Amino acid sequence: MGVAQYKKNEKGKIIDVILESGIHVKPVYTPEDLEGWDCSRDLGKPGEYPFTRGIHELMYRARPYTMRQYSGFGSPKDTNERFKLLINHGQTGLNVAFDLPTQLGLDSDDPRAEGEVGRVGMAVDTLRDFEVAFEGIPLDKIGSGLTINAVASIMLAMYEVTAQKYGYSREVISATPQNDILKEMVGRGMWIFPVEPSIRLIGDTIEYSAKYLPRTNPVSICGYHIRESGANPAQEIAYAFEIAITYIEHVLERGLHIDEFAPRLSYNLDIFGNLWEQVAKFRAARRLWAKIIKDRFGAKDPRSMWLRMLAGGGGGGLTMEQPENNIVRSAYYALISALSGTQTMALCSYDEAYTIPTPKAAVISLRTMQLLLEEVGLRDTVDPLGGSYYIETLTNQMEEKILEYMNEVEKIGGMAFAVETGYIQREVAHQAYLHEKAVQEGEIHKVGVNVYTENEEEYEVELHEYDSEVAVSQIASLNEVKRQRDNTEVTRTLKDLEQAAREKKNVMPYLVDAVRTYATLGEMTSVFKSVYGEFKEPDIF
Amino acid sequence: MTEKRIRVLVTKPGLDGHDRGAKVVALAFRDAGMEVIYTGLHQTVEQIIQIAMQEDVDVIGLSILSGAHIPITKKLLEAVKKEKMENVLVVVGGVIPKKDIKLLQEMGVDGVFPIGTPFKESISFIKEHVKR
Repeated sequence: MGVAQYKKNEKGKIIDVILESGIHVKPVYTPEDLEGWDCSRDLGKPGEYPFTRGIHELMYRARPYTMRQYSGFGSPKDTNERFKLLINHGQTGLNVAFDLPTQLGLDSDDPRAEGEVGRVGMAVDTLRDFEVAFEGIPLDKIGSGLTINAVASIMLAMYEVTAQKYGYSREVISATPQNDILKEMVGRGMWIFPVEPSIRLIGDTIEYSAKYLPRTNPVSICGYHIRESGANPAQEIAYAFEIAITYIEHVLERGLHIDEFAPRLSYNLDIFGNLWEQVAKFRAARRLWAKIIKDRFGAKDPRSMWLRMLAGGGGGGLTMEQPENNIVRSAYYALISALSGTQTMALCSYDEAYTIPTPKAAVISLRTMQLLLEEVGLRDTVDPLGGSYYIETLTNQMEEKILEYMNEVEKIGGMAFAVETGYIQREVAHQAYLHEKAVQEGEIHKVGVNVYTENEEEYEVELHEYDSEVAVSQIASLNEVKRQRDNTEVTRTLKDLEQAAREKKNVMPYLVDAVRTYATLGEMTSVFKSVYGEFKEPDIF
Repeated sequence: MTEKRIRVLVTKPGLDGHDRGAKVVALAFRDAGMEVIYTGLHQTVEQIIQIAMQEDVDVIGLSILSGAHIPITKKLLEAVKKEKMENVLVVVGGVIPKKDIKLLQEMGVDGVFPIGTPFKESISFIKEHVKR
């Protein structure tokens, strides 16, 4: 059994399996299922078009996947300590969590930030906070994911200036701001500005990175949160691709060539689900993306065609019941990720249904990923499931399903319109409802939830306690920075920023200037709000 | 005479953006015959109270997954009291640790539905306890 619909006869024998994406699974697959399938055209070699088997020739033989646990909480100093803990345990990349006020462009002393400062991530008000958080981190060797979207441009500016202060030039640093606003409007909810100027801000970061930050990945397009909000695996990829296409078309309008920026685009995709459907999903996505970039956008550089990804998370599959089982679940999800040929992996920790992961839980997740590399043979050969009758058939079927969903979006006028009008949100909420009903009615089995349940008593999970003192000291430090900075310079740079925004210039250089004067996140966001306005959620009920 | 349908306000107070649960519950309530008003994200307590009064709802359902359920609910309950909305049932859903369920009930919340609560449980609770 797995995440799928199972039809059984009266003797309990499985007579049909319907995957989430709507594909019927047969009891056995043979060469006949692959009639018309061309090994060199459809599968190819690893590292060669259409990249079905992986984007690199030798994959994990040459280099294991990057392990990048999502972390960050409380003050920048707490976050710095957690970063160092994870690096000391062998983590090879950072993935920074920001608190909700920061993600929504609010300073820690904003009344709306009350009770939320430093709660689900680190609080950032000014450059000072970045200086503290990244102190002592080798920014030329460790890349940083910045999990922030609406104000990703501001965070990228802070990262660049911080690195420069610590002696790292912008050519050597590698930041991966999430910076995918359309998916925030579908799920996750950390949007601020309306659709059109939000897309323009993303265009600014892509264009700026293409010119000045060669190792930075300015956008990480997230099917992940769309899936976690309810979408099935084919929808996850289809909507993510349509989002990417929206950003790409916008940047092309600025006169850039696809090969100038496509190699730095990356994806963040979900590993929760049925093992076979997931592996086929990633392989189909890789092949389809290569075709889209080559045929539709005329790319010549093979790196433009690479679907580079973080395949991780899996939070949607974890349960509050019998939480230790989540350690096992995450290990299977990690296996899916490795079998899919991911570049980067991150896992939800077993206690995440309850709390911000404790240090112990975070290290268990890291060890899970390390164990896969060290103990079970995942570095032996590339795409070990390639050539399986079932996997190749399913890969073909998933590609068709993804295209069907993409065509639906394009028929109604593209992703920006589909999000503005709530079409996608409605589709996703509907899928989420069907899934939840299927779990509640026992159609989809969940161990500890609807099968093998235990006496429903409190499960022992050590909770990460929120420290309300964080807000007090954060506000004190903000006030200190404000006292020390040159306010004339702050006002001047903010004015320049406003003018640039109004004239639709690339705002990145202006943000860098403002950040350097210790202008606050809230001040810069207010400038944008005054020019752009704010997003209004469409009614989907 | 047909019975008046129960009017439920499903809302996301505060800054938390996780709305899968709120939307799913809204759909379940609607399928159970209730009239559902969904506010969307990032609502302040003042906005919630205003919509609740305008829409003359029977139930306010808060969905909170960021961990800030205690301070937000406290503020909402104070506003409910101040506006003399005693007839409105207040329920809370989301990531709510067991130890906080009792605390929320002591504060005056009528029902607490942590993640995983079956639809039929929250629906029948509302139908039984609605104050009119």
